[in-house]
Amino acid sequence: MSKWLEEHLPKVVLAPSFIAVLVFVYGFIIWTAWVSLTRSRLLPKYEIEGFIQYERLFAAPRWDVAMNNLFIFGTLFIVISMVLGLMLAILLDQNIRTEGAIRTIYLYPMALSMIVTGTAWKWILNPGLGLEATVQGWGLENFTFNWLVDPDKAIYTVVLAAIWQSSGFVMALFLAGLRSVDTEIIRAAQVDGIPTWRVYSAIIIPSMAPIFLSAFIVLAHLAIKSFDLVIALTGGGPGFATDLPATYMYAMAFSRGDIGQAASSAMVMMGVVFTIVVPYLYSELRAKND
Amino acid sequence: MTDFAIAPPRSQSRAVRIGLRWLLYVILGLFALYYLLPLFVMITTSLKSLEEIRTGDLMALPREVTFDAWKTAWSGACTGIQCDGVKPYFWNSVLIAVPAVLISTLIGAMNGYVVAHWHFRGANIFFALMLFGCFIPFQVVLLPMARVLGLMGIAGTIPGLIFVHVIYGIGFTTLFFRNYYVTIPSELSKAAKVDGAGFLRIFWSIFLPLSLPIIVVSIIWQFTQIWNDFLFGVSFSQAGTQPITVALNNIVNSTTGVKEYNVDMAAAIIAALPTLLVYIVAGKYFIRGLTAGSVKG
Repeated sequence: MSKWLEEHLPKVVLAPSFIAVLVFVYGFIIWTAWVSLTRSRLLPKYEIEGFIQYERLFAAPRWDVAMNNLFIFGTLFIVISMVLGLMLAILLDQNIRTEGAIRTIYLYPMALSMIVTGTAWKWILNPGLGLEATVQGWGLENFTFNWLVDPDKAIYTVVLAAIWQSSGFVMALFLAGLRSVDTEIIRAAQVDGIPTWRVYSAIIIPSMAPIFLSAFIVLAHLAIKSFDLVIALTGGGPGFATDLPATYMYAMAFSRGDIGQAASSAMVMMGVVFTIVVPYLYSELRAKND
Repeated sequence: MTDFAIAPPRSQSRAVRIGLRWLLYVILGLFALYYLLPLFVMITTSLKSLEEIRTGDLMALPREVTFDAWKTAWSGACTGIQCDGVKPYFWNSVLIAVPAVLISTLIGAMNGYVVAHWHFRGANIFFALMLFGCFIPFQVVLLPMARVLGLMGIAGTIPGLIFVHVIYGIGFTTLFFRNYYVTIPSELSKAAKVDGAGFLRIFWSIFLPLSLPIIVVSIIWQFTQIWNDFLFGVSFSQAGTQPITVALNNIVNSTTGVKEYNVDMAAAIIAALPTLLVYIVAGKYFIRGLTAGSVKG
């Protein structure tokens, strides 16, 4: 008995996690996928009815707004965070004496909860007493900055806060990348008298392609899952103006009692994540096994 | 890469070089201000009286420092109908985070050890399945999890939240430990096996003593994730078991009564303090955790 146990102990140790992953990840995905094909409302039903939930979903104006917002938010958030992160990384890579302190300052927002970030920015961007009043106080009486309560602009405040939170992290990724570039090649280029900006644009940045990919994956993943920030900053409002798929799903699941819609919107979110992440993970795993 | 970047092209004069250097520091300083500004505003607002907030300037230092808002935030602010401040919710978060962090780290260490050093058929498939599981949007498990927690009789309880955080944390902790343990030469465990040491003995006397850095990374990562979690907290808690993020959001977005911005800010800082403290004390490990999942190697 003890011999059997000794031999099989590794499997015994792994078994609970294996079962947990099968049930709580894959089993649950199947459950959600199944329910998304039914007429479930307040309670789940299990008779498959086809794609009616998805038809309802794609016909719902609120979902349309949410997907549009995801596109605007995702694109701006990813592009600006990457540009800003790369720029800061390059600037910080010039033998800055206080580099450690500056890095700490740039990165601390990443340690905060999105709810805290949202709360802080909600106060700063508040039109009555926030930034708007401050700038008016400086003498610019006509200055207005009411994006937070403007349905057409509110989504950009979410972008602003999200960039504040995550760009330092992108900077750290790029900085690590810059530090890992082969210094021999750079020296050789300098001996040849190639100007610094050319060294960056032609040698260093192209050699960091994998880091760009990693940063993109992480940011895209953050963007699709964004939920807390919107809840704390705008509550999805004004109206539904800043709804994202995650807040739509939550509203359907827990306040509207529309499980079918919640399930189908969750499946669409997963589809978006997987089209981005699966090819990346697949190539990572293959590279490791080779 | 060290001193190449400032190696000047010969055409640049000394003055231009010094000027550029100054410009560089100014730009970096401005960005530091940008990142610090919200924290500054939060702290100063929390120390002002409501009167001063209404009449004063967002950016100004408090004319008169008062800690009243902090007292209210800690033990008097209203989350809906209850007015106990964030104190009970702060302790809820502690009660959720501490066991969940420890359990998920322990499980991750064992899993990582098995996957990295006890090759058997299926171990790699397990790892791949687990890795994919790290990336699912949690929305896809919210509905079934709510039902399963109900069936288990732990819906809306702190053990329920601990359970959820452990389940969805072991993907990352396994990844951390697996990636760390593959760098430990397998000769070490093979030699120990020859000497008659068993599975647990090798883990306990060889691997665990080498694991301190990755244990710290895992604990910090898990703590930050769980403390800052909102989605699970808001979905699977009820009045009385909510974590601090949910309470903070309720305080800030409660529509009754006068808006007390100073209390909101004090509550937000209280909610942020534990993870901020961890970051300041162990920033190096925090960054390692952040980059572990996203940078090859």
